[in-house]
Amino acid sequence: MDVDPNVETIGGTRVTTSQQDTVGASPSSSTAVFSVRDLNVYYGPFLAVRNVDVDIHEREITAFIGPSGCGKTTVLRCFNRMNDLIETARVEGDLQYRGIDLYSASVNATEVRRRIGMVFQKPNPFPKSIYDNLAFGPRLNGVKKKNELDDVVESSLKRAALWDEVKDRLKASAMGLSGGQQQRLCIARCIAVEPDVILMDEPCSALDPIATARIEDLMQEIKRDFTIVIVTHNMQQAARVSDRTAFFTTEVNPESDRRTGRLVEYDMTPKIFSNPSDERTEAYVTGRFG
Amino acid sequence: MALSKPADAARRGAGVVSDITRRERDVAGGVFRAVLLGALVLSLLVLVVLIVDVVTGGWSVLSSSLGDLLTGTLGSKPETSGLSQAIRGSFYIAVFVIIVAVPLGVAAAIYLEEYASHGRLAQFVNINIRNLAGVPSVVYGILGLTIFVKTLGSITGPDSNGRSVISAGLTLSVLVLPIIIITSAEAIRAVPNGIREAGYGVGATRWEVVRSHVLPYAAPGILTGTVLSVARALGEAAPLILVGATTGFLTTGESYLPSSLQERFTALPIVISTWSGRPGDDWRSSTSAAIVVMLVIVLVANAGAILLRNRYEKKR
Repeated sequence: MDVDPNVETIGGTRVTTSQQDTVGASPSSSTAVFSVRDLNVYYGPFLAVRNVDVDIHEREITAFIGPSGCGKTTVLRCFNRMNDLIETARVEGDLQYRGIDLYSASVNATEVRRRIGMVFQKPNPFPKSIYDNLAFGPRLNGVKKKNELDDVVESSLKRAALWDEVKDRLKASAMGLSGGQQQRLCIARCIAVEPDVILMDEPCSALDPIATARIEDLMQEIKRDFTIVIVTHNMQQAARVSDRTAFFTTEVNPESDRRTGRLVEYDMTPKIFSNPSDERTEAYVTGRFG
Repeated sequence: MALSKPADAARRGAGVVSDITRRERDVAGGVFRAVLLGALVLSLLVLVVLIVDVVTGGWSVLSSSLGDLLTGTLGSKPETSGLSQAIRGSFYIAVFVIIVAVPLGVAAAIYLEEYASHGRLAQFVNINIRNLAGVPSVVYGILGLTIFVKTLGSITGPDSNGRSVISAGLTLSVLVLPIIIITSAEAIRAVPNGIREAGYGVGATRWEVVRSHVLPYAAPGILTGTVLSVARALGEAAPLILVGATTGFLTTGESYLPSSLQERFTALPIVISTWSGRPGDDWRSSTSAAIVVMLVIVLVANAGAILLRNRYEKKR
């Protein structure tokens, strides 16, 4: 199958470089941070997404793409047990995080979230100062000394490429930042607790292209230290930033007329965008559907 | 504009100016606006008439003997009667409401919003709290009379047959409790969910999210609701009559003041309703003056709440 010219130009060089990092190595050599088998998620009686099998690899960016309602965010929110906050949500199947069953009764969801951070669709800084936004997580982890907190705040902001813009107003309210700055602040807040994994739920959907580009650059930067899973509506973004891509789609149940999401294809990003095995993926990435 | 093409083109030329500069008469909109304005003016007018009426009615007392009015005690003559016991009684009752009903109500609201599952049971509880808020205050008076005065009389007021500040404070606390729960729950519900998710997302427990993010964000709303409920409690007369507020004389202790919370008491709305029934212009003036005093106290409390709320909101 021919390479779609559109995707190739958008994918640009970054895709090919990241490809070199990972494709050379055999898939088994990079550790699976998450190993998902036959995951089903229900909201009340309705099956939201079914039969998901995915391995998330360490220090890679994995993108979840697909049309609205395909369950990509739902699956993402299983990874740090954020679905626990939705009363009706129920998770079935096997979700291993570094060999531990995340949904076993002995796992403490709060501790899970300290290791698996999350950046949300809408920038959601706390209505407090920039400093307090960053210090909240470390304080939870018992960092009390001011100089230690200062260091964490500074290094997190630097890693999130926000330090130069806010270093003179750390005590100012985070609500005064622009949308893009707020989202980078949220990434910094996430980094500040030194998580193992960062989950991003459409982090750029509320941002303009320039702010989006900055976040994407930032993702490439922090990828060295963190495993990233990103949900995006934006196929070009997935092509630009990710190493692997999972394509989800929806199926309509003819009896109940409810939509259920399911994973169609999961592979290296260049393959998904240039030579997908499933025709539904091909239809989606070439813009013929969705 | 379903016009044929040539006409359309013509319109584009000459007609546009007259079209877009035409003054459209939106009669329905104008009437609606006038009705809305009328409703506002009418409500304000009632308030203004009320205030002007009581201030002019009580002016003779307010201008000449405000000090005597505030420091004097209940009596049989208008010129020697004062409100000190009533102010003190109302103050104690307000303190009771703040100490008893506010923590209880806010805690219940936090539980309902942040901890309880939002199933059928929670819905049922919510509806019933709303119903409780709508129960007439006399009914709470009967409740207070049965429970706090009669049943618990030995605790609330051994020497006053239970007709004490404690009974009155508890009765009014129960009365405003549903209102505090409802307003606090609404304030908590208004906290954006993104803030909670952000807190949980960095590994905060429920308690840490509630304490560090939900409560500070909801505080202005909770505060406003609380002060309004205390103001409501300050103005209630009916339940206090049932609980046994003193209408005539208070002869407890040397100072004629409720030195102990277990003793008999009176409150501003009680004194006002009693005085208003007494004959003569002098009593009428005293009544109006007492109403002004109560209004000022309530308005000051509300103004304080607004100031506090604005300060909190600025910190956001």
